[in-house]
Amino acid sequence: MAIFLTKDSKVIVQGMTGSEGMKHTRRMLASGTQIVGGVNPRKAGTTVDVDGTEVPVFGTVTEAMEKTGADVTVIFVPPKFTKDAVVEAVDAEIGLAVVITEGVPVHDTAAFWAHAGAKGNKTRIIGPNCPGLISPGQSNAGIIPADITSSGKIGLVSKSGTLTYQLMYELRDIGFSSAVGIGGDPVIGTTHIDALKAFQEDPETELIVMIGEIGGDAEERAAAYIAEHVTKPVVGYVAGFTAPEGKTMGHAGAIVSGSSGTAQAKKEALEAAGVKVGKTPSETARLAREIIAG
Amino acid sequence: MDLFEYQARDLFAKHGVPVLDGDVIETPEAARAIAERFGGRAVVKAQVKVGGRGKAGGVKLAADPADAVAKAEAILGMDIKGHTVHKVMLAQTADIKDEYYVSFLLDRTNRTFLAMASVEGGVEIEVVAEENPDALAKIPVDANEGCTPEKAAEIVAAAKFPAEVADQVAEVLQKLWKVFIAEDALLVEVNPLIKSGEGKIIALDGKVSLDENAEFRQPEHEALEDKAAANPLEAAAKAKGLNYVKLDGQVGIIGNGAGLVMSTLDVVAYAGEKHGGVKPANFLDIGGGASAEVMANGLEIILGDADVKSVFVNVFGGITACDAVANGIVQALALLESKGEAVTKPLVVRLDGNNAELGRKILTDANHPLVQQVDTMDGAADRAAELANK
Repeated sequence: MAIFLTKDSKVIVQGMTGSEGMKHTRRMLASGTQIVGGVNPRKAGTTVDVDGTEVPVFGTVTEAMEKTGADVTVIFVPPKFTKDAVVEAVDAEIGLAVVITEGVPVHDTAAFWAHAGAKGNKTRIIGPNCPGLISPGQSNAGIIPADITSSGKIGLVSKSGTLTYQLMYELRDIGFSSAVGIGGDPVIGTTHIDALKAFQEDPETELIVMIGEIGGDAEERAAAYIAEHVTKPVVGYVAGFTAPEGKTMGHAGAIVSGSSGTAQAKKEALEAAGVKVGKTPSETARLAREIIAG
Repeated sequence: MDLFEYQARDLFAKHGVPVLDGDVIETPEAARAIAERFGGRAVVKAQVKVGGRGKAGGVKLAADPADAVAKAEAILGMDIKGHTVHKVMLAQTADIKDEYYVSFLLDRTNRTFLAMASVEGGVEIEVVAEENPDALAKIPVDANEGCTPEKAAEIVAAAKFPAEVADQVAEVLQKLWKVFIAEDALLVEVNPLIKSGEGKIIALDGKVSLDENAEFRQPEHEALEDKAAANPLEAAAKAKGLNYVKLDGQVGIIGNGAGLVMSTLDVVAYAGEKHGGVKPANFLDIGGGASAEVMANGLEIILGDADVKSVFVNVFGGITACDAVANGIVQALALLESKGEAVTKPLVVRLDGNNAELGRKILTDANHPLVQQVDTMDGAADRAAELANK
């Protein structure tokens, strides 16, 4: 098993014909993902040769779903078109929309999130500004490198892309059921809590690694959720202890405002919920390893 | 991006929020003509992006034009909580009968927008929220429905505004919402929103924070940046499209990915505890690509920081292979040296992930006298901290 994404997932790419979209479509295909189409109204009806695989291009998400049975879309369109792309995916009622695009205005994210809610939340949204998710050996929707590790018993959820890769690499001999990059924007679709819930219910996942960073209170709320609902062991890591107040650290949402959103507060909340929190990524990997070894 | 009060006032005026006449100046003498225009009396207000300026002596009432010059002179150059006052705003005096509070902001927790309103304005709203939470109404505003007349009335009722100002406040709320949406703001706050002696509702002071991700559709926002106050290294980095934040330590940091770079700062700070308390000198995320040119730009900024004693390049090869990153480092050093910039600070490089072996070999073969390699993040941080403490 895995969460949100399996070998049966049929994936389309919105923005496939752009340079980033094409580069990562190639990578997703190479890692075994069932890429069943792209969406671009100006190139509808054509096919694109991706390293020998003919991928059809459709005019709309709805058409792509009707013709291919697609249930996942990965969105690579530029920031100014992202809101419309997500709204289209939501209106088509696709099961999962993974929004890779970085730099989406928060008013647009708030608008497509509100739209998804008004439509009954039939589409799970991951991102924006995220690396996507991978269920190693099964499917890869986004930009996470597929060759770091293989399938195994760790589930990972993270605000950060490169820290996801780092922890997957450190624990590559154990392997992962799924790794979900939820993104570092102030407003995101899928949260730590959504992933924790799914990993708790996933029989293959034995241990959960949760990576957070400064800004907002998502980690504190995740800690409260863990205390209440998660019986599997959780190992945590929080980045940004040395970040100064009032400065955005790379991710639009990574900012300490006054005394809120500090790494220290997040670490304390997680530890109070019984989560072992590593001081560095390596120590976090070691804590996970110790728990798995028993 | 946080704005100065006078910039917030300009945006309020642009979208029809009632404000008093005001003007911003940078020299004391300029205060005279403005005070004369107001009929003599004026409020002289320090323009700083920090709260509590009133208590610090940054807001003064001037009785006449000569006094306005004197007050402006006293306030310009003042230090308020570490912020030097370079500009003052002269505003018309107001006959204040009542002080209220209204704002719209992003509610991260609930992934929506929020209106906040209180009839207890004029003090820091955090204090009201703490001491008298019932006096602060919080009403969610749907991003797609917005602040309709009905929503504005709901906010006014929830905050228990007096009946005689209810309609006016509701109207101000709808105009303030226009500011929030049209300007891609993360926060628009009016504190105090006053009732004047004539019963008019006026925004007397305000705070606005803008979303930098929206710059592509807000071409006028670039002019609102406080370029003079920006750290010169931060300004130079921004001009090169680099994601850089200057900090106060000695170990220059270059990494890929915001999370990994934040983590690198922390790991260096821990390592520094054993090495004379050295700390990270900056945040610099060169992103997933990490081309030679971007690496050179990043190195140039960091080596140009006089505080930096050693540099830690921490890269996890995910999408980018480590051999490409290693070539980038070698080419960057050659590029800087060819530009006549002496590279004299030691570089500790840690490469891991995709093609790490190949990348390490490239650096070993290049054999640059200032480049050292350590294979683990913790070990490399320790070495960089040690070198910065020499």
